[in-house]
Amino acid sequence: MTVQSFTGSVGGLFGRLIDSVLGFFVSILDLIFGTIQRWIGIRGMPYVFVLPNLLIFGIFILFPMLLNFVYATTGGTEFYPDQRPWVGTANFEQLSTCENFLDPNTCREDLFWRAVFNTTGYVILQVGLMVLASLGTALVLNQKIKARGFFRSVYFYPVLLSPIVVALIWKWILQENGLLNGIIVSLGYDKVPFLVDAQWARFWVIIISVWAFMGFYTLILLAGLQSIPSDLYEAASIDGANQWNTFAKITMPLLMPQMVVVLVLSLIRAVQIFDLVFAFTGGGPGTATLYLVQYIYSKGFSSPSKQFGLAAAASLVMAGVLIILTLIQQLMRREEQ
Amino acid sequence: MGRIWGFLTRTRGGNKLHITDMITYLYLGLSVIIMFVPVVWLVLSSFKSSAEVVKFPPRLLPYRQETVEIEGYDEPLPLYEVSLEDGSTAVLAQTRRVGLEAQMIDPQNPDDIIKVNIEDRKPVESVYFGLDNYIEGVQSFNFARYLRNSVIVTIAATILTLLVNSMAAFALSKYRFRGRDLIFLIMISTLMVPLSVVLVPVFLVITEVGWNNNLLGVIVPGAATPTGVFLLRQYMLTIPDELLDAARIDGASEWRIYSQIILPLSKPALAVLAIFSVMWRWNDFLWPLIVLSRSEMFTLQVGLNSFQGELNVQWHLILAMTVLTLLPITIVFAFLQRNITTGIATTGLK
Repeated sequence: MTVQSFTGSVGGLFGRLIDSVLGFFVSILDLIFGTIQRWIGIRGMPYVFVLPNLLIFGIFILFPMLLNFVYATTGGTEFYPDQRPWVGTANFEQLSTCENFLDPNTCREDLFWRAVFNTTGYVILQVGLMVLASLGTALVLNQKIKARGFFRSVYFYPVLLSPIVVALIWKWILQENGLLNGIIVSLGYDKVPFLVDAQWARFWVIIISVWAFMGFYTLILLAGLQSIPSDLYEAASIDGANQWNTFAKITMPLLMPQMVVVLVLSLIRAVQIFDLVFAFTGGGPGTATLYLVQYIYSKGFSSPSKQFGLAAAASLVMAGVLIILTLIQQLMRREEQ
Repeated sequence: MGRIWGFLTRTRGGNKLHITDMITYLYLGLSVIIMFVPVVWLVLSSFKSSAEVVKFPPRLLPYRQETVEIEGYDEPLPLYEVSLEDGSTAVLAQTRRVGLEAQMIDPQNPDDIIKVNIEDRKPVESVYFGLDNYIEGVQSFNFARYLRNSVIVTIAATILTLLVNSMAAFALSKYRFRGRDLIFLIMISTLMVPLSVVLVPVFLVITEVGWNNNLLGVIVPGAATPTGVFLLRQYMLTIPDELLDAARIDGASEWRIYSQIILPLSKPALAVLAIFSVMWRWNDFLWPLIVLSRSEMFTLQVGLNSFQGELNVQWHLILAMTVLTLLPITIVFAFLQRNITTGIATTGLK
C-alpha cells in the first residue's frame, strides 16, 4: 500500500488544516525567497532550501555529537568545555575498571555496570517476549476473523500513549493497594510487593513495555503476513502440508524481512529505555531497574556532583552498541536481497 | 441478534467448532481485557474520592457517601445505615463522632440524638461520577499552564517540522548540486542516533543559545528530523520533473514551484509526518525534562511526572490528571485510527 492511498482519506480535514496554516507562511515567504533568487540565481536556490534544516540539524544534532567526544575526553565538574582539563581515556578507564567483570560491586563505577547488566537482561528478555507476542498476535489477526480493524486498534492504542501515562496507569494497578493485589487477596492469597521487590519490578518493566509497544510491531508483521500470496497456501494444502509445515516452510521464510525489522527496531528501542521506567520505578527499588540512559541522565543532570565526562563516555559506549545493531540490520538486509 | 450469534459461533469447518477458532477467540478475548482494562481502570478510579482511592480492596466503581441537609447544621450530614439495639436497621445522619461513639439523628425527627457504636453503622453510598478530582487537580497542578505549553510546543514544532523538512526534501530530491549526496548521507547516518546519546552536549548548546527554560529550546532542535526529510524526499522523488520545468518556462520562481506545486502534491506524505510529529511532541519527555527546569514552563508530560514525585500519596489527583493527559491523543486516535495504523504499517515509523 502506498502513502498516497493512506492519506487519501485523511485528505479533507487534515489537508485543509495544512493548507490554511502553511498558506499563510508561504505567502510571506514568497516575497522573501523571490528576492533571494533574483540575487543569487537559480543555482544557489537548493542551498537556500536545505539551509534551515542544515542549520538546526548541524547546531542541535551534528555539533553535539562531535562535542560529546570533547566531554568524554575531559574531566572535572566544569560545564564549559574550555574549562575542562584534558584527561584522555581516563573516563573510559574509570568506566571499565573492574576486578571481576561479572560482579558490579568490584567495579570502580559500579552503577555503570549495574546499568549495563540490567539493560542487557532487560533487552534480551523484553525483545524475546516482544517478538513472540507480536508475532503471535499478528498470526491471530491474520486469520479470517470478524472486526479485525477493531482488534488491531485494541493492540495499537497503547502505542500512542505517552510513556509517562503508561507508567502511571500500571503503577496505579500494581501498587500495594492496587487492583492486582485486590484480585490476589480476594482469591485468598497474600499481597505481592510488585514495586518493592527487585525481581518483580524488573518483571513488570518488561511486561508493561511490551504492553505499550507491542501494537507497533504487530502492525509491521501483519502487513508482512498480508503480503504473502494466498496461492502459496493453497498449493501447500493441495500437497497435504499440515499447519506446522505451512508455517515453518512458507510463512516464516516469507516473513523474514519484517521479522528482521521488528527485531532490530525493538532492540534499538530496548537499549534506550528511559522515560517509561523513570516514571514507573525511578530506577528502583535500589538500582534494580537502573538502565543505561538513566545512568547517563543521572550522571550528567541529577546527581549533586555532575560528572559530565562519565556521562559522555557512557553515552559513547551506548552509541557504539546502537551503531553495531544498525550495521547488523544493514548486513542482514543485504543478505536478504 | 441472530446475526450476532451467527458471528460469535462462526467457525472454520462448517458447524463444528474448530480448535484453532477457539484458540483465536480466546486469545483475542484475553488480549482485549489485558489491553483495555488498565485504561478503563484508570478512568474509573479517577472519579474516586481521596478516601475511596486508598481503600483496600478497591471497588470497581466510584462511590460517594449520601448526605442529607438538616436544618440547624451548616454542613450536609453523612448518612449511615445503622443496626439498632432492638435488631432493626435505620438510615440515620451522623452529626459528630466522639471516639468509638457516633452521635446520630433521624432526618425525619432531627431533635433526638441517638448514640451508636461506630462498629454498628455502615455508610449509605451511591455510584457517583464527580469532577471533584479534576477541578482540584487543575487548580493545584497548574494543569492549564502545562496544557498551554504542550499545545504550543506540539503545534509550533509540527509546523516548523513540516516546513523545514519539506524544503530540505525538495532540494535533495529535485536539484543536482555540489554536496547534495554528502548532506543526504550525513542525515541518513544520524537516523538512528537518539537524543540520549548526545544529552550533555545538547544541554550545553541549548544553554549557549539561551534557550534554557524557553519553549523554543523544546520546539526547534527536534524540528530537523532525518526521518521526516527521508520520508518526504522519497515521496517527492515520485513527482515528475516535467511539472517543474513547465512551471519554470512559465516564469515561476523556485520558491513558487516549491509552494504551489511540490507542497500540494506532497500532501499525503506531509499528513503522515504531521500525525507523527504531533504524536512525538505531545508524548516527548526526555528533551523537555532537560531543557525546562522552571515548573511554569513544564509540558504536560514533565509536569505529570514531577507531580507524581511531589505528591506521592495524592493518587486521586494524579489519576485525574493522567486521564486529562491521555484524552487528546485518544480523541485523535478515535478519529484518525485507520490512517495512523496504515501509515505506520506502510512507513515503518513511529
